[in-house]
Amino acid sequence: METTPVNQKNIAAASTRSRFRALKLVPLFALLLFATVSAQKKNSCVECHSQMEGALSEPVRLSKGDVHDARGLSCVDCHRGDSTKDDMAAAMDRRKGFVGKPKPSELPAFCGRCHSNAEFMKIFNPRLRVDQEREYSTSVHGKLLKSGDQNVATCVSCHGNHGVRAINDPLSKVYALNVAETCGSCHGNREYMKNYNIPNDQFDKYKTSVHAKALYDKQDLSAPTCNDCHGNHGAAPPGLASVANVCGQCHVRQATLFQSNPHKTVFGLMKVGECIQCHSNHGIMPPSDEMLGVGEKSACTQCHGDGDSGFAAAQRMKTSMDEMVASIGRSNDILNRAERAGMEVSKAKFELNEARDALTQARVTVHTFSPDELDKVLGPGLATSNKGYAAGGDALAELSFRRKGLAGSLFFILLLAGLIYLKVREVEKRQALRGQ
Amino acid sequence: MNAETVRLWLDDRIGIGSIAAVARKKEIPVHRHSIWYYFGGMTLFLFSVQVGTGILLLLYYRPSAETAFESVQFIVTEVKFGWLIRSVHSWSANLMIATLFIHMFSVFFMKAYRRPREMTWVSGVLLLFLAVGFGFSGYLLPWNKLAFFATKVGTEIAGVIPLVGRPMLRFLRGGEDVTGATLTRFFGFHVAVLPAITTAIIGAHLMLVQMHGMSVPPGVDNEKVKRMKFIPNFLLRDLIGWVLAIGALAALAALFPWELGEKADAFASAPAGIRPEWYFLFMFQTLKFIPAKILFFDGEVVGILAFGLGGLMLFILPFLDKPDKPRRKTVITVIGVIVVIYIVVLTIIGYLG
Repeated sequence: METTPVNQKNIAAASTRSRFRALKLVPLFALLLFATVSAQKKNSCVECHSQMEGALSEPVRLSKGDVHDARGLSCVDCHRGDSTKDDMAAAMDRRKGFVGKPKPSELPAFCGRCHSNAEFMKIFNPRLRVDQEREYSTSVHGKLLKSGDQNVATCVSCHGNHGVRAINDPLSKVYALNVAETCGSCHGNREYMKNYNIPNDQFDKYKTSVHAKALYDKQDLSAPTCNDCHGNHGAAPPGLASVANVCGQCHVRQATLFQSNPHKTVFGLMKVGECIQCHSNHGIMPPSDEMLGVGEKSACTQCHGDGDSGFAAAQRMKTSMDEMVASIGRSNDILNRAERAGMEVSKAKFELNEARDALTQARVTVHTFSPDELDKVLGPGLATSNKGYAAGGDALAELSFRRKGLAGSLFFILLLAGLIYLKVREVEKRQALRGQ
Repeated sequence: MNAETVRLWLDDRIGIGSIAAVARKKEIPVHRHSIWYYFGGMTLFLFSVQVGTGILLLLYYRPSAETAFESVQFIVTEVKFGWLIRSVHSWSANLMIATLFIHMFSVFFMKAYRRPREMTWVSGVLLLFLAVGFGFSGYLLPWNKLAFFATKVGTEIAGVIPLVGRPMLRFLRGGEDVTGATLTRFFGFHVAVLPAITTAIIGAHLMLVQMHGMSVPPGVDNEKVKRMKFIPNFLLRDLIGWVLAIGALAALAALFPWELGEKADAFASAPAGIRPEWYFLFMFQTLKFIPAKILFFDGEVVGILAFGLGGLMLFILPFLDKPDKPRRKTVITVIGVIVVIYIVVLTIIGYLG
């Protein structure tokens, strides 16, 4: 096992104790002891650097709130040296393993000394992954770093150095809401990216996407950002054949349907990126029914032309979808009209949701690219929608019947009241004549 | 067999002749306030409508949390003229409370509660409380969202009464929360307990009215006032009002059918702007205005106790107002006017708010 950079005594103690697995409280005691000892120990690094100005005082300032600092880790746990010494040379003695500012190429191993050590990391969080360093080596960043490129992203580029925060801390640069901006700080910088021959408009495009709207506008932290499709430590563009798998992490049904239809093979032969071909990648817009069919915004006509079977299938599917949308709209309108008039149509309105569900399901089934499959889903939905329309029509007919009935009833009621009034007058006239 | 034979047959057995003689003898004073005499009969008529439509609703209504909403939905959508019966029942309930209030305040301002009609007043106030109880228990029966939360708030208010509040809340709800058990017991109150008590008290109230005749207000000379026969003159006029009330109920039911709303869901959040029926609104609004603390006491408790005291004062009013103390009469009239204005203003504020 590789020796960790952390205070050797503490590590040794932690390692020894961890062997006694039966004593489950030992790691907790170790952590408490470790934190207490670290907190009480003299720290000449902080004493000196807090007196300094500019960049040299930054580590002290930033370390407040740092996830390592919060867990009792100190400067020497990463940089080594001897913080008990007041003498600068003794404190930063390279013979004692002191490392000042590590080079980018040294950083993965520098952080990995602890983060790749499962036994050590377990003390702090047993669920924490310890394969970041290995994953990083498979990333485009890692590969370029290994080839000698010192400009690529390393651990500190995304996590910061002395102000490292937990990923669920909203101030963290890799908190879900901040990831795209963090990646964009390099990938959106044309000057910085000029030597890499890749586009630099990903962040701008992403900001217009349906995913960004969900993330930023609705604050839906489950909405995908850069690392959800590209990976985080092993960041790389997904290969052409794996795009559907990437999108399929969330859009499971669509991906499954796509995998089992002929477009999968054809897209492979054409070397176009599966989902991307119709939906694009970073600037994914909310899908609309207009993407179907042969209209101006159709995705199908990118490949299919008038006369081929795909063109006809696209036309047929669009017609079916339009019919369904129009039917639901008609039914909804008539039911709303009846409801506004005071008729009880809540049951019919509730049942219309089944038609809406069918439409949603149809929008997924579109990924079979089969008009027959689509009609199988739309058929029952259309029947339900028509039933809703009929219910709305019945309610309006009933309303008309009630109003006519009311007019007739009121006529007889007023007539009866009038007749009784005449009777009263007649009776009173008779009584007056009789002198009563 | 002609009508006379039937009359004689009935007279032999149940003394219908003497009842008819009493009815023939009964007279109604005619003066500038006579219009108010009609509201008692109108309230009774609307109560009869409630009984009739209520019995018809009972044929289809199913009192459980699982079936109540659906059964009312079935009544208004599937049962022939079910919508009409349900809407008439709901509108008639509200009109009945309105005419009951008018009747009560007319009796109040015409001082008709004075000797020897003290017990007529007391039975009338009891009927007012019972009518409000009918309204409160009936409101929950469709088991819709609004009714559910209004009942929750209403029973919570009852629950803050010192000492008896919590046991009363548990008794009303059939447990700690508003559940299916609350619905079942509200149904029991609405269709069995309250009708039985109400029928008995209405009987007593009507008997007392017949016994003492119609009161003449203090400003009218009892000796010189003109009189009209109850049968047929007054009854026919009553009949015109009842026929017109049927027309009004039909129009309200057809043009403004009583809403069913959404089914109650205990886990859903309370709908915005939740408020009780209009006749509870002035009390509800008062409780909203009362500060949280009044001296050392909880504001809500003080408010509820104040309303309780108001109810008690109303109940014993005839024993507070003495004809030989004219100053007290003026004070009571002024208080009455203030109470009417207060109820109207707070109800309007409640609706606008």
